[in-house]
Amino acid sequence: MFQPQSVIPPRVRTHKRTDAARFESVSRTRTERLVNLVICLLSTRRFLTAAQIAATVPGYEHDANDPREHEAFQRKFERDKAELREIGVPLETGTSSVLDTEAGYRIAAREYALPDIPLEPDEAAAVGIAARLWRHVGLAAAASSGLAKLRAAGIDVDPDATLGVEPVVTVDAAFEPLTQAARERQEVTFTYRIPEEDAARIRHLRPWGVVCWRGRWYVVGHDVDRDAPRCFRLSRIVGAVQPVGWPGAFTPPEQLDLISYVARWSGPVERTGTATVLARPGRAAGVRRWAEQVVPSPEGDRLILRYADPEGLARWLVGYGADVVVLDPPEVRHAAMTRLAEIAERHAAPLPVEAEARRRVRTAP
Amino acid sequence: MTAPSKAAADRLGRLLNLVPYLLARPGIRIAEAAADLDVTERQLREDLELLWVCGLPGYGPGDLIDMAFDGDRVTITYDAGIGRPLRLTPDEALALVVALRMLAETPGLANRDAVERALAKLESATGELAGAPVAVRLPGDADRLGTIRGAVERRHALRLKYYTATRDSTSERVVDPMRVLVVGGRAYLEAWCRMAQGVRRFRVDRIDGLVELDEPAAPPPQARLTDVTDGIFRPTTDLPLVTLRVGRSARWITEYYPCESVQETSPDAWLVSLRVTDLTWACRLVLGLGPDVAVVAPAELAEQVRDNARAALEAYR
Repeated sequence: MFQPQSVIPPRVRTHKRTDAARFESVSRTRTERLVNLVICLLSTRRFLTAAQIAATVPGYEHDANDPREHEAFQRKFERDKAELREIGVPLETGTSSVLDTEAGYRIAAREYALPDIPLEPDEAAAVGIAARLWRHVGLAAAASSGLAKLRAAGIDVDPDATLGVEPVVTVDAAFEPLTQAARERQEVTFTYRIPEEDAARIRHLRPWGVVCWRGRWYVVGHDVDRDAPRCFRLSRIVGAVQPVGWPGAFTPPEQLDLISYVARWSGPVERTGTATVLARPGRAAGVRRWAEQVVPSPEGDRLILRYADPEGLARWLVGYGADVVVLDPPEVRHAAMTRLAEIAERHAAPLPVEAEARRRVRTAP
Repeated sequence: MTAPSKAAADRLGRLLNLVPYLLARPGIRIAEAAADLDVTERQLREDLELLWVCGLPGYGPGDLIDMAFDGDRVTITYDAGIGRPLRLTPDEALALVVALRMLAETPGLANRDAVERALAKLESATGELAGAPVAVRLPGDADRLGTIRGAVERRHALRLKYYTATRDSTSERVVDPMRVLVVGGRAYLEAWCRMAQGVRRFRVDRIDGLVELDEPAAPPPQARLTDVTDGIFRPTTDLPLVTLRVGRSARWITEYYPCESVQETSPDAWLVSLRVTDLTWACRLVLGLGPDVAVVAPAELAEQVRDNARAALEAYR
């Protein structure tokens, strides 16, 4: 065993005390204490009381008879416990025997350790790619610290691997609180704004889960006010999602298919109608690419289109203005003509309106 | 949490990972480990120095974490009980599992099998956390995307028949593929367009024809991948600004298009401003939105809409 002094100093806790190194030193001392605390609590099968821990782990030394020192110790220990829980250390509280009057602490190794995940190289590469997908800061950090744990377990991740197609994953701000609430089965309330409605409304939901459907995120759950299942688009949630009551407050339905709730609102459409439109030569490429058939004629090309909803078809075709004329069926033709007349009417007057007009007046010589 | 405590927590997490990481890679070069762990070599040495004084109660020579140094290589010889990494937190499990589900749902993916196997293993290892209440379904033509991805992988140029919505025209062009992206549920081919002499993103659902050429893809050195973090279409201020008075039935455009401003002046009329690449495209948009929308500015667009609607009515007579 070769241990050059230049690489690692002797094992004494002598830290530089220059001003510049002071903060570093404080945080170092703290980290050292926390690592020792984790090791100590992992190594014990008995629950250790705060006093026993103070007598064992370096950094907690204090005079327990001095109220101020003792109070300072308790604050420090509370902070340290909170920090361990924060990073996910499963700190257990309990007593080892009925004779113990004070609760103690320990960490069960089985609960602490990452289980063995035997990933093949191509599987590990896939996890590595997945971890890079998040564009959301919080989830990106969670994915990368999760990946760091897998790599710590001995899994090598090829950083250059690619799957040829990269999804760019973005989520709305409500994603994190809603997934957490769904996981913990806690009711939430939030303000929801649908563009077609004039005012936002407060909603109460028992969230079952979150769904990504056609690039948008939705939450599915039991709407408490309507007493029925509902889904809500995350981008329409205004402000914060507030948890209500306690975790474990409800049970989602058995064999829940989250997608089916969202797909029900925006499923595929059956195109049963057939329409004929006349397109000017070389124009309306956007309509032509949906045509089932293109028949050239002296006045232009006759396009045969399949459609589901006559109003919807008319709306879409009107977008192409004078480039297309609906020949058949009459209901689509009539709807298109009506819309065109209304649009022309709406824009009949030249624009003596608002900013544009005022700007013109001001800049006129 | 205050900043110093956050830094301490990050460091604690890193240190608890470091022992198992090194344990699994005996004799690893310190420089290599530092690069792999994305810390400086100096930081890694400081971390090792700190671990060096940690260990089991008693804190004697046989209790402390032990490591052997051989030149610039390190081996952990005693782990003091922290030889396994900490289990995944619910957030970590969620972030990885959902991203893998997203990948598994991505149409046209290479080696989907590996993604599905990884997902299954991660889900079973994370136990109850695997019940991540998140489901993903991405649309897309897997065959079409598979073909395009194949061409990207084989580094072949493609001849595309592509529909450009802003100009309402379909044209043929040869492109040098760079990558395939899925953003907001839509797939895109990013490529060097030889016709436009620039990097373009082609919506896969607007590619109407596709021929893989027996010719290598050769994007020029100036061809750079675009940062799509903020979406595919990021309007710039040099584009024409269009202002519309929007009735209730057309308010959805404020969710669908990136808008510069939305003023809810009255329930019947929101004043919506958005940048467009092309006024003739804006004209098609306004005509398609129908009589519940009126152009406020520019005057040129209002005239285009009126003239076009009148010409169309004329054609019906």
